[in-house]
Amino acid sequence: MTERVPIERKVLSENGRIAAELRARFQERGTVCLNLISSPGAGKTSLLERTLEGMNRDERIAVLTGDIQTDNDAQRLARFGFPVRQITTGGTCHLDARMIARALAEWSLADPELLLIENVGNLVCPSSYDLGEAAKIVLLSVTEGDDKPLKYPSIFFKAELLVLNKVDLLPYVPFDMSRARKNALRINPRIEILEVSCQSGAGLDRWRAWLGERCQKARAEVAAGAG
Amino acid sequence: MHELAIANSLFQAVQTEAQRHPGMRVGRVGLRIGELSGVDPEALRFSFDAIVKETPFDPLPLEIELCPRRHCCPGCGHTFPVREPDYASDCPRCGGKQTECVSGTELEFSYLELEEP
Repeated sequence: MTERVPIERKVLSENGRIAAELRARFQERGTVCLNLISSPGAGKTSLLERTLEGMNRDERIAVLTGDIQTDNDAQRLARFGFPVRQITTGGTCHLDARMIARALAEWSLADPELLLIENVGNLVCPSSYDLGEAAKIVLLSVTEGDDKPLKYPSIFFKAELLVLNKVDLLPYVPFDMSRARKNALRINPRIEILEVSCQSGAGLDRWRAWLGERCQKARAEVAAGAG
Repeated sequence: MHELAIANSLFQAVQTEAQRHPGMRVGRVGLRIGELSGVDPEALRFSFDAIVKETPFDPLPLEIELCPRRHCCPGCGHTFPVREPDYASDCPRCGGKQTECVSGTELEFSYLELEEP
């Protein structure tokens, strides 16, 4: 005799549980946590460098950066004087919520207003893991294909913002910007899109404004919660 | 290749569930994978089989239900598929633009089949 037992539970329910705890903690303490995802070499670390470079030293901003090996990225980012911590996954192709919780537990860090998480360079696996972030941000550089949103729909569907990086190289590559935008909007009609160049600095003012708005919104939510 | 980690989570869930039914043998595992889940079904099956091998659960067939992307229109309640190549997500019935994705992101352990040994 065979009996079918319905389970109906997310396979990553344990990750989901830890992510929900992190999210509640971030919301309560007014931390905007953003999860940056892209293929290797699209410019996540460069975008973070340009972001930190333009910040006042009294801004409460912190970075968690994930890689399979080395702490090169943390070293690159630490020179700006903000708290930076490397998560070395030792082979795992993505960050998961437990790694974030552990890194935060081991880190004597005053609650930041902005916590930027740089995921492992990979356009597929990180999309499956909730880290408790307020939003996922996907980066795509113009040296990649403009059909990437169609090939990797999961991350473009889940991201709130698409940062198209390296636009200074557009004259030299066969990347069709309008096609890339159209493809991203096909997968996710609500995705916001920014075009930037971390080399030339083009578009970075809009990126900073986007970050500023997210932080302002979080502050307003904390104030509303307290009142 | 995060399918190995996901298969491991699934196998742990199967073990936990099996412990709640002593004396029964697990005959089959049901899994639901959405097309937007970022998970490759065949890589997951390969990983799951590799994990199950050399455990008392071997052989353990994995039945995968693939879930296409579907949206629902809050205006008229119509549910419809959102497909390649255009992924048109406006409601085909009433033209509503703010439709909600209701299926396609699943990664769910749906059922377990138990057999008497």
